[in-house]
Amino acid sequence: MGRSYLGEFEELVLLTVAVLEGTAYGVTIAAELKQRMNNRLISLSGVHIALYRLEEKGFVVSELGGATSERGGRRKRFFRITALGKRTLAEMRQVRNELWDAIPNPSFS
Amino acid sequence: MQNKPPAWLDSLVKGFLPSELYEELLGDLHEQFAFQSEEHGAQQARWMYFFEVLRFCRPYFLKRRFRADSKYSTSCTYSPAMIRNYFKIAFRNLLKHKGYSFINIFGLATGMAVAMLIGLWVWDELSFNKNFKNYDRIGRIMVHNGQGTYMTNPIPLAAELRASYGSDFKYIAMTTSTQKYAILSGDKKFFQSGSFMQPDAPELFGLDMVYGTRAALKDPHSVLLSESLAKKLFGDENPLDKTVKIKNRMEAKVAGVYKDLPKNSEFQDLTFIGPWDLLASFMSFMKEQENDWNDNSYKIYVQLAPQVDFRSVSAKIKDIKRKHLDAKRIAYNPELFVHPMSQWRLYSKFTNRQPVMSEQLELIWLYGIIGVFVLLLACINFMNLSTARSEKRAKEVGIRKSVGSLREQLIIQFFGESLLVVFIALVFSLVLVQLALPFFNELADKEIAILWSNPIFWLSILGFSVFTGLLAGSYPALYLSSFQPIKVLKGVNSVPSYLSSRWRMVRLVNIPRKILVVTQFTVSIALIIGTSIIYLQIQHAKNRNVGYDKEGLMAVYMITPDLYQNYEVIKNELLQSGAATNLAISSSPITDVWENQSGFEWKGKAPDFEDNFATFRVTHDYSKIVGWRFREGRDFSKKFSTDSSAIVINETAVKYMGLKNPINETVKWNGKNYEVIGVIKDIVMGSPFEPILPTVFLLDYNNQYTINIKLNQTMATSTAVGKIAEVFQKYNPAVPFDYKFVDEEYAKKFANEERLGKIASIFAILAIFISCLGLFGLASFVTEQRTKEIGVRKVMGATVANLWSLLSKDFVILVVFSLFIASPMAYYFMSQWLQKYTYHIEISWWVFVVTAILAVSIALLTVSYQAIKAALMNPIKSLKSE
Repeated sequence: MGRSYLGEFEELVLLTVAVLEGTAYGVTIAAELKQRMNNRLISLSGVHIALYRLEEKGFVVSELGGATSERGGRRKRFFRITALGKRTLAEMRQVRNELWDAIPNPSFS
Repeated sequence: MQNKPPAWLDSLVKGFLPSELYEELLGDLHEQFAFQSEEHGAQQARWMYFFEVLRFCRPYFLKRRFRADSKYSTSCTYSPAMIRNYFKIAFRNLLKHKGYSFINIFGLATGMAVAMLIGLWVWDELSFNKNFKNYDRIGRIMVHNGQGTYMTNPIPLAAELRASYGSDFKYIAMTTSTQKYAILSGDKKFFQSGSFMQPDAPELFGLDMVYGTRAALKDPHSVLLSESLAKKLFGDENPLDKTVKIKNRMEAKVAGVYKDLPKNSEFQDLTFIGPWDLLASFMSFMKEQENDWNDNSYKIYVQLAPQVDFRSVSAKIKDIKRKHLDAKRIAYNPELFVHPMSQWRLYSKFTNRQPVMSEQLELIWLYGIIGVFVLLLACINFMNLSTARSEKRAKEVGIRKSVGSLREQLIIQFFGESLLVVFIALVFSLVLVQLALPFFNELADKEIAILWSNPIFWLSILGFSVFTGLLAGSYPALYLSSFQPIKVLKGVNSVPSYLSSRWRMVRLVNIPRKILVVTQFTVSIALIIGTSIIYLQIQHAKNRNVGYDKEGLMAVYMITPDLYQNYEVIKNELLQSGAATNLAISSSPITDVWENQSGFEWKGKAPDFEDNFATFRVTHDYSKIVGWRFREGRDFSKKFSTDSSAIVINETAVKYMGLKNPINETVKWNGKNYEVIGVIKDIVMGSPFEPILPTVFLLDYNNQYTINIKLNQTMATSTAVGKIAEVFQKYNPAVPFDYKFVDEEYAKKFANEERLGKIASIFAILAIFISCLGLFGLASFVTEQRTKEIGVRKVMGATVANLWSLLSKDFVILVVFSLFIASPMAYYFMSQWLQKYTYHIEISWWVFVVTAILAVSIALLTVSYQAIKAALMNPIKSLKSE
């Protein structure tokens, strides 16, 4: 069975989850992405949907964690990247690297 | 915390987010809001929050929510599986009882269709004239005077209005009344209705121009054509600047073409508008009328100036005529007023200067009430049958409840089912209306179409459907759903308690049902009685002795000068051809009274007696053609030259004048003495429903407008007409040959009554049909309820006849009861209606007896089918069941 398809935005979210190791939840992921991507419009709902899809595909796992007063005492759901997720990211990176290497004139950028 | 996101947004979020995600998502949202209000300020954060929430309205979350709900929730009303199940059960129920479903849906659809047709008709009447652009500013000048209220005015009035009251009116236009003229172009000639109008008229009415402009009428040698007439005359060519001839004398250039005026407008048949000045240049008498305040022959239309209203203008112009009339006419107290266009159709009948209910308005009320009643019958039926049938679903309710249905779900299910059936009926009724409209239009002489694009139409039919659906569904939805499952389900086994409780319920439920049946039959019976009386009245008037021979009598109007000049030649040729046995000319056709005169003096006339006679100008031989029946005296004769000052009067005139010995009496009129030489039996010239007018017949060869032709009865009518047409074409080539048969014209006098009778009988048949459907349904329901009882009775020795009478008795009692309510009601209303006619029947008792027999036998027939079926059933079967 082939790998599940990973969209561009999903890939970014997955990478961010890996970056934020242990503190990844909706707000932090959105903030991180926004900061890194020159304030590209990141909506919370988009991030969440991507997270839930990733979870359905088995690239991340989640658990409910601590509450803070800003949230009105509501718990947050932390996401962690799974081994499958890591492997998929690695494979995608490798495919890209190979493609980069195959470009005849690498200095075009 | 000071800064909180708006609470209503939170509840919105709660509305569509899956419940298991709600906590974490709302938490994230709030946390982000807290950051953002620090970073951008509270106001901006709120906006950002708003958009963020909006972005959460995504199919992903909704889908998840549905999935979660249908998986775990116990009370989700919008679960697709459940909804599918409701539909399935609804259709199964419809299909299981095909007969019932058919009766139910078809009955309701019929009722709705009738109501819709009537609704469309009423709409059409109410929207009369609304096609005119300045609908609420247009009016016509009318006058109240001693004798009545009229819409014709003298020519100088228009000039005076313009000169002295110009600031109150934007436009003023005087017009002739619309009548038929021969209009021709090249070799094409037609009889077309048209009118001559002053130049402002097109602007006043705001005509829609296809070619040319509204200002075109200013040129006295121009004419405006309607689009359809232009097409008839010139095909698809541009008709501008082509020449047409009106009455073979008036030449005019086509200067404009306007869009045909719709059928529901005052000028529905106006196919051309000629300039007033053109007519005036040909009609010398109009010159004389120009300063004559006593000659009321024309209509004046006005469009008010923007700042004034009808009431104030009417008050201003009220007394204009008083300044110009002689003392005798002022005594009539003429009072001018402006009658607004919005009232022309329905509010233009006046008695003693006060507006009174016009016939058209009466009809609207009548049909409106009938429509509401038919609809009511259909609804009653629908509810009756639906409730009767829903009883069978008590068990379904029990089972649904035991497996976990909530009451709300059952309520929604039953309401939904009832609405579904109503909407199926609605679709059927729309189809029915569409199919029936051509016939209906012909019957009602209208051009009505379904108002597909009218929101009011949709709102009303949808509103009505929802109302009916909810009402019909309320019994199962609200009552059945309250059953305790244990009772309903147990009831089947414990027969005694079940039966007794069921019976009580059935009895209780049957009382409103009986009331409904009585209502239905009351309406139907009243309609049957009404229809019969209308037909009897028509027949009564038709059987009236007309007093002359209509057979083979033809009338041709002399509308062109050619006919006057060539009359003798035409007469001779026609007699020679053998198509006609005799010809004579007269002032008006025998089916109409065109002239009324007063000022006759005779011996014994009371000084203050205000006489009024119909006057009719005839020539020698006329009496032979129409077949006058002389009571006394003799006919006009060429032997006596003194007959030029002789008159013949009718019987009514003798009575009216109080003459004992009418022959040789002298009557003075207009300064001339006339001698009465003959008295004829009354002939019906006006309405056959009205008394005959006292009539004076004079010998006069100058004011003649009608050629009366007695056809040769031995020749086939079509051959004779062909020959006559040939002769007329030869001597009167300018106009198409146009003729009328007197018997056909006479028959037209009944058109209104016959239309009423036809429509009423259609309604009566529909009402009886719908009532029978209801009765049929109810009977089958009751017999089914009593299956066991019938079985036991049969075992104990009851005969089929016994059982039949047992089952039918109840219904016959209901119908008899309705008879007693309907008869006095119908009697009252129909005697009111008959009062309108001077010549009318007395309502006789046998109408009621016949209707009673009819109603009871129809009811018996309907019920008997069910009753006999039940009575013939094998008792073993009925007792063994369950």
